[in-house]
Amino acid sequence: MNLDSKIPAGPLNEKWSKHKFNLKLVNPANKRKYDVIVVGTGLAGASAAASLGELGYNVKAFCFQDSPRRAHSIAAQGGINAAKNYQNDGDSIYRLFYDTIKGGDYRAREGNVHRLAEVSVNIIDQCVAQGVPFAREYGGLLSNRSFGGAQVSRTFYARGQTGQQLLLGAYSALNRQISNGKVKMYNRTEMLDVVVVDGKARGIITRDLVTGKIEAHAAHAVLLCTGGYGNVFYLSTNAKGSNVTAAWRAHKKGALFGNPCFTQIHPTCIPVSGDHQSKLTLMSESLRNDGRVWVPKTAIKGLKAADAVRIPETDRDYFLERRYPSFGNLVPRDVASRNAKYVCDEGRGVGTTGLAVFLDFSDAIKRDGRHVIEAKYGNLFDMYRQITGDNPYEVPMMIYPAVHYTMGGLWVDYNLMTTVPGLYALGEANFSDHGANRLGASALMQGLADGYFIIPYTIGDYLAGMSWEKMSTDRAEFKEAITNVQQRVGKMLQIKGAKTVDQLHRELGLTMWEYCGMSRSESGLLTAKKKIQELKTEFWSNVNILGSANELNQELEKAGRVADFIELGELMVDDALNRSESCGGHFREESQTPDGEALRKDDQYAYVAAWEYKGENQPEELHKENLVFENVKLTQRSYK
Amino acid sequence: MKITVKVWRQANSQAKGGFKTYQLDHVSTDMSFLEMFDVLNAQLIRKGEDPIAFDHDCREGICGMCSMVINGRPHGPLQTTTCQLHMRTFKDGDTITVEPWRANAFPVLKDLVVDRTAFDRIQQSGGYVSVNTGGVPDANEIPIPKKVADEAFDAATCIGCGACVAACKNASAMLFVGAKVSQYALLPQGKPERKERAERMVAQMDAEGFGACTNTRACEAECPKGIKITNIARLNREYLGAVFTSYEVETGGGGE
Repeated sequence: MNLDSKIPAGPLNEKWSKHKFNLKLVNPANKRKYDVIVVGTGLAGASAAASLGELGYNVKAFCFQDSPRRAHSIAAQGGINAAKNYQNDGDSIYRLFYDTIKGGDYRAREGNVHRLAEVSVNIIDQCVAQGVPFAREYGGLLSNRSFGGAQVSRTFYARGQTGQQLLLGAYSALNRQISNGKVKMYNRTEMLDVVVVDGKARGIITRDLVTGKIEAHAAHAVLLCTGGYGNVFYLSTNAKGSNVTAAWRAHKKGALFGNPCFTQIHPTCIPVSGDHQSKLTLMSESLRNDGRVWVPKTAIKGLKAADAVRIPETDRDYFLERRYPSFGNLVPRDVASRNAKYVCDEGRGVGTTGLAVFLDFSDAIKRDGRHVIEAKYGNLFDMYRQITGDNPYEVPMMIYPAVHYTMGGLWVDYNLMTTVPGLYALGEANFSDHGANRLGASALMQGLADGYFIIPYTIGDYLAGMSWEKMSTDRAEFKEAITNVQQRVGKMLQIKGAKTVDQLHRELGLTMWEYCGMSRSESGLLTAKKKIQELKTEFWSNVNILGSANELNQELEKAGRVADFIELGELMVDDALNRSESCGGHFREESQTPDGEALRKDDQYAYVAAWEYKGENQPEELHKENLVFENVKLTQRSYK
Repeated sequence: MKITVKVWRQANSQAKGGFKTYQLDHVSTDMSFLEMFDVLNAQLIRKGEDPIAFDHDCREGICGMCSMVINGRPHGPLQTTTCQLHMRTFKDGDTITVEPWRANAFPVLKDLVVDRTAFDRIQQSGGYVSVNTGGVPDANEIPIPKKVADEAFDAATCIGCGACVAACKNASAMLFVGAKVSQYALLPQGKPERKERAERMVAQMDAEGFGACTNTRACEAECPKGIKITNIARLNREYLGAVFTSYEVETGGGGE
């Protein structure tokens, strides 16, 4: 298979504008003749559905939640980057591009990332016009902060609820199109398969989560805006419902999966408290602007936050400030996470589990006063207190890394199209713009860039080349897909084994976290592969799902998702095994510098690993898209 | 600790519901309320009993999906979402009663799961600024005083969970609608459509069967995001202003 990224030729800063001009257009009067399916209503899905509806396409949008407003983009806290340079501090489109490429450890495409930086400025304008209440200065203009290691202040924010406000903005635009009749919304509906006819994506199969009804929907193009797959680790900062099913079904229908092992482990999450733990809560990375990360110089078993305040300065190890004097606590996420793991591995971790480090605000409160810290982080401090019972104004927070974001996803070309014609992937669901590590405040930017400003252009080019004749769902391909989905559901319900879905999911998560988490080795990955294969067999012979297929059945919903996570987990392990270098969030123990930093191997691995499904229990085939760097020089990242 | 829970069980929207009592023997104080339900459900599945259906998603207090009335109060004794309530709030030996949101406009789908699409339809009736993607002015072209932006933000933090409706003896949605109307009425971007917006959203709210506001402030007391009742006052002002000075009057007067 020849992977054509379709990156336009020419100078970097002209690629997108030239490409936009060269894209075919659909006549305004003809747009209403085309139907587009959008799966998922987070930032990418809601913005795409709304924008395509505005253009005149007929859109059907689907979400598994009870309302499109609840998609997990809502939980993003920190902010959204844009190269506005409102602060006059030297930012530019090129600098945002450069920071993102470098932050991604040179495993993303130059062309894509530059386009992202270009449209970032339009996103802020759009959101403000929708009535998104970003933080402002007393003069009435927008406020910015520096975020996640950036040397400029380019992050726009709405207290610690930026994702919520951006999503509600996109949701409002979506609502307007629903009320105009251009978008038909399906709540509590889960996509369970893609239908491919004559090599093109022409529809999806869904299950109504209330009645259990399996239905077919036909369209001229299908957009998957279904988010990431962090829940493969069971514990992550993702919402409980976040899943890989839509993307995985598409993968099995021919869409290649790009860089599946690239996962982001976020350094500032609330540590695990016990076996009952069902999810992990992120504390915004912005906290590292004012909080100092430390552990005791010598191990103190079971150190509580309340006792930490009595430990003198001389006995504290501010390990990020010590190892990385120029970036200090603001080193990128992967570096901060790995160093937290190291100090805990040395036995210097704190809290009852020893799997935590302190994030201390006492100096910032002394310097700026409590009211300033409260204005910046009030809701985060409240949330921390609710969950842990500790008051972070008085004692240090305890944090530990947790899975937060997946850079990998469906392989897409410059037009956001997967390897199945007519099937697109937007936002976190695609692999494209963050390379091996995503910078803070870039996820919101990418989701909205894809939905508001890229797909409305690129989809026209595809649709203009096809007939607007509608396809009937009576066709054999749809019938067959429905039967397959029904059989799979029936098969799962018949097993009636001894383990709950959650039990199996938790086992998968432990394996993934242990062997395919912050630090990976060949022997560990091989162990993981074996365990996952055994787990797959156990799932299909020993899972216990009560109830029927024709009712609201949450265990059945979870089971379908976990079955897909198990298969994805194996692919992630294969991908991690193949990539025998350390880059971004992917740290291979075999590939480090003498002082223990990640060692990239650009001569061997400067490519996107795109995996092709070859059939049940068959090894997947690796395809390589070589990354070409014409503008930036590949350097080893250094934050010292 | 040991906990007894009395939970509303209802097979579907047509079926008759009722309370069932369950016993949990090993509840950790660090568990969230929903994690306690996870443990209970695992216990039920092992016994071959249908697990309790309940809505939840982000489990970090922002998606607005979780919705349990706990001991008579939406989201329980603290002013948080259900997912942010932890078992340390309860005592060993407590009996906890758990019901779904109760409102005509929120029909029960199963057990503790209700249908809140009425809220979506209210938003669709006018909860937006009519701008298309692209072609908008620069974000800093219109300065907005910080106080105004902050107040709009406070209104905009509504998570649409419906606790306000569940708390209100009239099942009124005025706090929810007031929050959205306020956000846009305060911001310059929302001003051109403020009258139609207030009229349409109120009309839809009434059509959905939500009750009237009688100023008991139960909604404000239970709102997990602390949305203030001043938003209801603003909604009333906006609505009255809209019905008394409708556009037909304003535009029809000057022309000929």
